[in-house]
Amino acid sequence: MTMFMRYLAAFVLMCAAYSAQATLNIEIIGAGEHQIPISIVPFAGESQLAQSISGVIINDLKRSGLFRTVDPAGKAPHEPKDVIFTDWSGVDALVIGSVVQGADGRVQVQFRLFDTLKQIELTGQAVSAKSDQLRAIAHRIADMIYEKFTGDAGVFSTRIAYINREGKTNRLVVADSDGYGEQTVLSLNESIMSPAWSPDGSHLAYVTFEQGHAVTYVQSLLMRQRAVLAAFPGSNSAPAWSPDGKQLAIVLTRDGSSQIYLVRPDGSGLRRVTFSDAIDTEPNFSPDGQYLLFTSDRGGSAQIYRMPVEGGDAERLTFEGTNNFSPRYSPDGKSFVFMHSNGKQFLIATQDFETRQMQILTDVGWEKKPSYAPNGKLVLFATESQGRGILATVSSDGRVKQKMIPQRGDIREPTWGPFLK
Amino acid sequence: MKKLIMSVLLVNLLAACASEKPKEVAPEPTAASSTAAPAAEPAAANEAAVTTAAAAAGDELNDSNNALLSKRSAYFPFDVDAVQAADKPMVQAHGEYLGKNAARKVTVEGNCDERGSSEYNLGLGNRRANNVKKMLVLSGAKAAQVGTVSFGEEKPKATGHNEAAWSQNRRADLNYGK
Repeated sequence: MTMFMRYLAAFVLMCAAYSAQATLNIEIIGAGEHQIPISIVPFAGESQLAQSISGVIINDLKRSGLFRTVDPAGKAPHEPKDVIFTDWSGVDALVIGSVVQGADGRVQVQFRLFDTLKQIELTGQAVSAKSDQLRAIAHRIADMIYEKFTGDAGVFSTRIAYINREGKTNRLVVADSDGYGEQTVLSLNESIMSPAWSPDGSHLAYVTFEQGHAVTYVQSLLMRQRAVLAAFPGSNSAPAWSPDGKQLAIVLTRDGSSQIYLVRPDGSGLRRVTFSDAIDTEPNFSPDGQYLLFTSDRGGSAQIYRMPVEGGDAERLTFEGTNNFSPRYSPDGKSFVFMHSNGKQFLIATQDFETRQMQILTDVGWEKKPSYAPNGKLVLFATESQGRGILATVSSDGRVKQKMIPQRGDIREPTWGPFLK
Repeated sequence: MKKLIMSVLLVNLLAACASEKPKEVAPEPTAASSTAAPAAEPAAANEAAVTTAAAAAGDELNDSNNALLSKRSAYFPFDVDAVQAADKPMVQAHGEYLGKNAARKVTVEGNCDERGSSEYNLGLGNRRANNVKKMLVLSGAKAAQVGTVSFGEEKPKATGHNEAAWSQNRRADLNYGK
């Protein structure tokens, strides 16, 4: 019964290779229309730590393109009673805090966020954590600041997954959204493709060629166990989770050309949902779970279509350029992001469902595999810089671009993970 | 003129291909290869016996002077999966050979250039391999003799964002094993 969940020996699974040092070099281009000026005072006690908390917060806020960080110029309040609002007339927001290292190896982090115009404290929190969780705490603080001033949830605490290819070695990697804290989930001397996060962030589905053909696996990130999701003759690929996590759409060639099927995460309940003799691939569920976007060449060229999950007519959505690929719904379901080809270049574009207007967000020309941040404000994709495969993000309005250049290898097939509850 | 240059180039590529073939299409060596045969090679079990028997009988497949059978790759234009006229005689010759050598098995490996999405290319490579298989079967091979696999854009023979590289990567290889 190949369909049954089979836990395989962990001989191919690398142990978590946690690396705290910088694995990426980050460049930011552009700025949001209205940047919020903010000062983040170095936290009391942080100079004795391996990790500067205020530094992580500053980098997070800068990367969003929505904040302009202003140097505190020597002013260093650490407690609310020390804050003199008239000192901070150049900024709209002020962050102060402190870190205390306990005898048990844990650290106590305190922070407060002030609205310097209204002269009030907006929020504050005290957290106790292990000393190796300082980056995670800093990301959570940045998320709270982001949410207070933009009204949208921050994504600094979320994670991304991608493939790092170096020579013959392909590593499936999970990292913080800023590229730090890389953990190798799987390392193979064969291609790994199409990582896909489960909606709760606990599992990754992905495709490898270790069995000689494309086989889809589901792996637990906590237990590090993995199981074959589909290993039929031919290719088994393009996994996409439904929003409730109860099924995946996958693409099989067992019946001829690439067709979309639904299957439960344990490999049971397989059923076919597209019936064309074309290539139907790259399925993606709508946030309400009712529709699938997918790529198909049924009309003669690769374009993006939408159909009800339960089957029915597919509607062609893209008509611009020569080809369009790799659609992903925005988290609010109002638009989708995709790879647009004009015949010469591959660019990241979005299209609104209502107006059908396409907006091109990038201009380099080798951009692939876009995915939305869970707040819908940024798009992550793979591109090239000086002949190397790198990660990049662009704000969904196209204004702020960011390159994340790995120290080693070529990055491909990135995908942004969900909010963690 | 352009066409002529292209076809000369293609012939050179094919020639280069043929001479190096066994090395290029050899499957990745895996740990414990003695026990676990890769799924893509159903012929692996009786490989050794077949090869020695064929060699003894003067297998025409190994005759480097055989202009058609010594070629193992069909090439495709961008986003096209139909076997091209230039490659039909070669594919048909392999079909006839398989028809005459029922113990022989072959895997058709479909490949693509890097343009388009990796998943679309996996589908395109599958169709290229299937179309070569269809022609092999029409020319005398039994369906059970021919396996197919798509590598999409995952195993490029040449790297570079240019047609010189892409044209080599849009390819279906006939892999008879070692």
